[in-house]
Amino acid sequence: MELAFIIEKLILVTILFVLTLSIAAYSTWAERKVAAWLQDRVGPNRAGIFGLLQPLADGGKMFFKEEIIPSGSNKWLFIAGPSLALLVSFLGTAVIPFGQNIELFGRVVPLQVTDINVGILYIFGVVSLGVYGIMIGGWASNNKYSLMGAIRGASQNISYEIAMGLSIIALLLVTNTLSFKEIAEQQHGWHWNIIYQPLGFIIFLVCAFAETNRVPFDLPECETELIGGYNTEYSGFKMGAYMFAEYINMFVSSAVMATLYFGGYNYPGMDAVNSALGATWGPVIGIVVMFMKIIAFIFFFMWVRWTVPRFRYDQLMDLGWKVLIPLAIANIVITAIVITVVDKL
Amino acid sequence: MSLFYFVAFLSILFSLLVIFTKNPVYSVLYLIATFFTFTIQYILLNAQFLAVVNFIVYMGAIMVLFLFVLMLMNLNKETEPVKSNLVKIIGVIAGGTLLVTLVGSIKALQTSAVSQLPNSNIGLVANLGRVLFSEFLLPFELSSLLLLSAMVGAVLLAKKDKRTQNG
Repeated sequence: MELAFIIEKLILVTILFVLTLSIAAYSTWAERKVAAWLQDRVGPNRAGIFGLLQPLADGGKMFFKEEIIPSGSNKWLFIAGPSLALLVSFLGTAVIPFGQNIELFGRVVPLQVTDINVGILYIFGVVSLGVYGIMIGGWASNNKYSLMGAIRGASQNISYEIAMGLSIIALLLVTNTLSFKEIAEQQHGWHWNIIYQPLGFIIFLVCAFAETNRVPFDLPECETELIGGYNTEYSGFKMGAYMFAEYINMFVSSAVMATLYFGGYNYPGMDAVNSALGATWGPVIGIVVMFMKIIAFIFFFMWVRWTVPRFRYDQLMDLGWKVLIPLAIANIVITAIVITVVDKL
Repeated sequence: MSLFYFVAFLSILFSLLVIFTKNPVYSVLYLIATFFTFTIQYILLNAQFLAVVNFIVYMGAIMVLFLFVLMLMNLNKETEPVKSNLVKIIGVIAGGTLLVTLVGSIKALQTSAVSQLPNSNIGLVANLGRVLFSEFLLPFELSSLLLLSAMVGAVLLAKKDKRTQNG
């Protein structure tokens, strides 16, 4: 545990923090651009070229807006809600490998903050904590619409966590490990898990939409029924914290899906590129590939938002309990049988 | 070792706060904090699987349900029932007796030397899974059946009775 190790991790964490924040900020810009593109409009184009300074303008607006704390609310919990939502959303990035080991200034640096051997379960734990921000904020607002939104959020998260966990179990049967680093390494050379687990991936994807409260599962903040849902009473930066948390969750779940099912930083012809470019610049290409996959997933989240209408609440519960969970269990059984038969042959 | 004492102090502090806060929602939040300190203790003991399961199951699922129910009931300081003096006196006597018993039993306890585990990696997922599915397979499967039957029972109790509804 020498000093260099601590400094290395500190730099990595700082870079990751800034990167996550800027990706989340530019996701808000991209969301509007994608929406405009899908609806045949222009979108934000006043602040800077292509409206690229729009996130800065939005951030400035949020800081200068009046912060209102309703008199009937529980003041501490009202502030704790959005803080917790933002804090928890960052935790997930700690276990994701963003690239191979890279050689920098004569040191081999792993591009992952920590490789714990229960990485997948850690992500799962962080996801299950995410609901507290919504619940605490919704309850502390002392508003019936907020409370309804909070309760919807909690029951939705719990329901879809089960299907998500079951879809991961089938993946674990294939990978035999819980560590993200090993899973990424196993997929080297076209052994992407999507080929072995197509059904598991679809279940995981649907659950990821539900866990991040994105359309078509954004019932906790369903405007047509609940005004604004759990964040009805929020304004200014606290509202911004909730919005940011949603975009960071989207980034983290995109990174998790890219790592678990789409090969992470692996790409075809990787060995040739690595030997041509050396141990410093080779992995950089891997990082770029990883981020391209993540951005593709974020685009998919946005694409769905602007094309698919919102579910009704009972439809959401039916889909979770009566469709996804049985499908996930069937997937586990089939995967287990196939693996046993293949091993025996 | 000093980290252990600090975390243990936090555990006790948060569990005391669970009892002493008047607002039930705060109580649940302190209970979540207590469970979090337990998770840290498990990590210190190198029992990563237990730590993460404690995190997911207790902090992430069970406490969400607790919070869910309390928020729906909307209990407040004002609605808390005030108990009569007789009940309070009985409570004090019973609690005092329990304290005396506990102190007595701790005094009688022999402090043993710190025991070293033969394999310090026993708490890692791979080792735990191997042990559960070979040495303890029967108890493991039996407890899973027990949980399943409890789940079916709960669903059956919550289900509306069709006959009484029609008749």
